Amino acid sequence: MLNGPPILEARGIHKHFGTLHVLKGVDLVVAPRELVFIIGPSGSGKSTLLRCCNRLEEPSSGSVVVDGIDLLDRRTDINAARRRIGMVFQSFNLYPHMTALGNVALALRRVLGRSREEAEAIAHAALRRVGLDEKANAYPLELSGGQQQRVAIARAIALEPRVMLFDEPTSALDPELVGGVLKVMRELRESGMTMVVVSHEMGFARAAADRVLFMDQGRVVEEGPPAQIFGDPRADRLREFLRDLDRH
Amino acid sequence: MSNWDNFIFTFFNARVMAEYLPRIIDGFFLTVGLAALIVASGLALGLALAVIRSFRIRPVNWLIVFLVDLFRALPPLVVIVLIYFGLPPVGLAPSGFVSTWVALTLVLAAFAEEIFWAGILAVPRGQWEAARSTGMGFAQTLLWVVLPQAVRLTIPPLTNRTIAITKGTALGSVVAVAEILSQASAGVSFSSNPSPLTLGAIAYLILFVPVVAFGRWVETRFAWRR
Repeated sequence: MLNGPPILEARGIHKHFGTLHVLKGVDLVVAPRELVFIIGPSGSGKSTLLRCCNRLEEPSSGSVVVDGIDLLDRRTDINAARRRIGMVFQSFNLYPHMTALGNVALALRRVLGRSREEAEAIAHAALRRVGLDEKANAYPLELSGGQQQRVAIARAIALEPRVMLFDEPTSALDPELVGGVLKVMRELRESGMTMVVVSHEMGFARAAADRVLFMDQGRVVEEGPPAQIFGDPRADRLREFLRDLDRH
Repeated sequence: MSNWDNFIFTFFNARVMAEYLPRIIDGFFLTVGLAALIVASGLALGLALAVIRSFRIRPVNWLIVFLVDLFRALPPLVVIVLIYFGLPPVGLAPSGFVSTWVALTLVLAAFAEEIFWAGILAVPRGQWEAARSTGMGFAQTLLWVVLPQAVRLTIPPLTNRTIAITKGTALGSVVAVAEILSQASAGVSFSSNPSPLTLGAIAYLILFVPVVAFGRWVETRFAWRR
């Protein structure tokens, strides 16, 4: 089921923030249509790793290749490369001065150079996919957190990325709003989207992930299918982490 | 003559007022024109400087910060006088009108740059990241995502500062700009009666009360929209 060359291949990623060594040689290789889940305690470097994958964070060393494009090559047009990598943020980061439709259409117009009509047609289609086309003319402040996050997903998928990065997409949401976002993510996965998800939604990981990475202190400590990671964890730190989660 | 009659004769002398009203009206329109020029060029220059500063080219930013601090520190009158009396020896002879326009433009631009810059910094980092992650470049992100939010944040402080500096057009009277105050003082000298100054004050009120009211409206309008 998972074949072909990887869509995302990050190798030997190190990241220093001043004297802080946040990533200590991490590999992340994602095959087409694969859903990779990254779990771990806060401060383990999961979000930093994700942000290195579209160079929102500059890795101190290592290589990142997405869809055959070397992201760290100085000659690479980073803006062109980022079009192929969708990203969804913990705090949604919708543009507050634009409607939902405007948020989704902006990059279509300014990056892909589509006409207003084309961009809006694509944006409406993307909003339909996240079940929010009826909110096309609402401003972010008029939407619930869950709806804002779904618009943010629409903004990313409208550009038809080859891979989607989710950085704790449900962590800022009230519990009753999480389900709607996870449903959209599940549909996205079923449509064949390649996804990397940093999240604490273990139920979702168990149900939807092909592979789970457990990170701690800047390293991938354990890696495997969800049944193994959750059912038969080997590393002490992973066992401890899962035990702590159960207690909450 | 009673004290009251004396007061009316001094400050509300109908004959003197009638004689000098046309000049005050001329001064009024000149002040409006000068103020409009200062606002347009000062805000445009201030915004341009803030945008240049956001590219964070170190030597350029040092220069911007130096100039901005310079013109925020100097009293506007000193800048006007420096341009009017200081440039002719080097071969430039700007009129009083141009001197006042340029001087107050520089002062307004300096304050506006600081305010716009603060606005740009106040836009959360996540806005930049979201836009950049969709493949938008730095300049596109600035233009379409950051500046619209920054300008909105800066409208209330900017309006107040703009009003304060625009009132500085009265300083033009020192370098013979025929604006309201200058016309009024001339009237006082010729007629040996202060009534033209009363007219001048009224002209300033007619000009600036609506502007101040507009500023107040803008402040409330934008206070709750975020």
